[in-house]
Amino acid sequence: MAQISLTVNGKTVSADVESRTLLVEMLRDKLHLTGTHVGCDTSQCGACVVQVNGMSVKACTMLAVQAEGAKVLTIEGLVNEDGSLHPMQEMFREHHALQCGYCTPGMVMSAIDLVNSHPEGLTEEQIRHGLEGNLCRCTGYHNIVKAIAAAWPIMHNKVPMAAE
Amino acid sequence: MYDFTYAKPANIADAVKTLAADAEAKALAGGMTFIPVLKQRLNKPSTVVDLSALGLNYIKLEGGKLIVGAMTPHGTVAASPEVKKALPALAELAGNIGDRQVRYRGTIGGSLANNDPSACYPAAVLALGATIKTNTRTIAADDYFQGMFTTALNPDEIITEVHFPLPEKAAYAKFANPASRYAMVGVFVAKFASGVRVAITGAGQNGVFRHAAFEAALSKSFTPDALNGITTPVDEMNADIHGSAPYRAHLVGVMAKRAVAAAG
Repeated sequence: MAQISLTVNGKTVSADVESRTLLVEMLRDKLHLTGTHVGCDTSQCGACVVQVNGMSVKACTMLAVQAEGAKVLTIEGLVNEDGSLHPMQEMFREHHALQCGYCTPGMVMSAIDLVNSHPEGLTEEQIRHGLEGNLCRCTGYHNIVKAIAAAWPIMHNKVPMAAE
Repeated sequence: MYDFTYAKPANIADAVKTLAADAEAKALAGGMTFIPVLKQRLNKPSTVVDLSALGLNYIKLEGGKLIVGAMTPHGTVAASPEVKKALPALAELAGNIGDRQVRYRGTIGGSLANNDPSACYPAAVLALGATIKTNTRTIAADDYFQGMFTTALNPDEIITEVHFPLPEKAAYAKFANPASRYAMVGVFVAKFASGVRVAITGAGQNGVFRHAAFEAALSKSFTPDALNGITTPVDEMNADIHGSAPYRAHLVGVMAKRAVAAAG
């Protein structure tokens, strides 16, 4: 067992982990952040995507010990203090970008990284290419792509989020 | 996953010492292949030596060569203005490995040390005639790749840098498996003043290989049509559920033409 310290959703946390503990296992089993899902467990589906130091990674393919000292952001860390949703979550809701919802946390975390990485703009083709690491078995992706395209101008302060 | 001891040495000497002290110790680069292998209990290392703190994540141009540190992730190579300018085919190749999340963590050194027969980087390294620098020596690409998952590396040897000569023209064309994104066939062509080199990944039974007949034809005329009528030996091709050996042999020719066309 090793004790590791890291920042998760803005809070400093420490946990006792084995060398073989995966980041996703630590998040779910030690920190009880069960919004990060395990879908395939073979690095393909992307349900477990979280951000580590601003980069989207598959938490099922990273050891917890590799995250020592890192800043980790999970789906639970997106909601604002007043309970309002992150623009990406809001656009997923607005555009009906989920059905069963299992892939959604990973989709949202990947999508936020994708939008943040393209301040110059994001084409539909780039969005589809950027989602290669996330599988959804319900929606057929069209509404996910629409939601991400709609979130881009909000996240880059080109348009305000529409009032409900 | 079997349990193991985790070590994260702060310099190359310590990393080599840890690997040399224990035959069952294994190096961990980006982990995009190694961690799934551990999860499936296909490997049981006593110690996993994380190479991420060795300071090997960098890209530089020096002496007319592009130098990429072994721990540089694919996404960094793909986005690098230096690589895009000096060797755009390499940036393009790196930007289409795996998916976005894999590209943030997977590294050039890890890819080369593993030498997966369907990996993209070996095609670029072999076609460009790159040299692989380790903690002890420099290995030419032609000597480095020694068959499927087999390289010239010793167990306690660590890749530190890859040195790429800059070609006049180059391009990579990949026919990706739609599920895994690995190359079913990937062809890298590189045109130098001294001639053309062609390397093929994903197709061969022994991993990446050079295609002498293509090289001879393209050295005379660097056009897709120069490859008309030149075949690839079917009995040297891989066959699996994704494609038969004749199918792959045919694809090699198709992707080589596309690569030449893309190189311009």
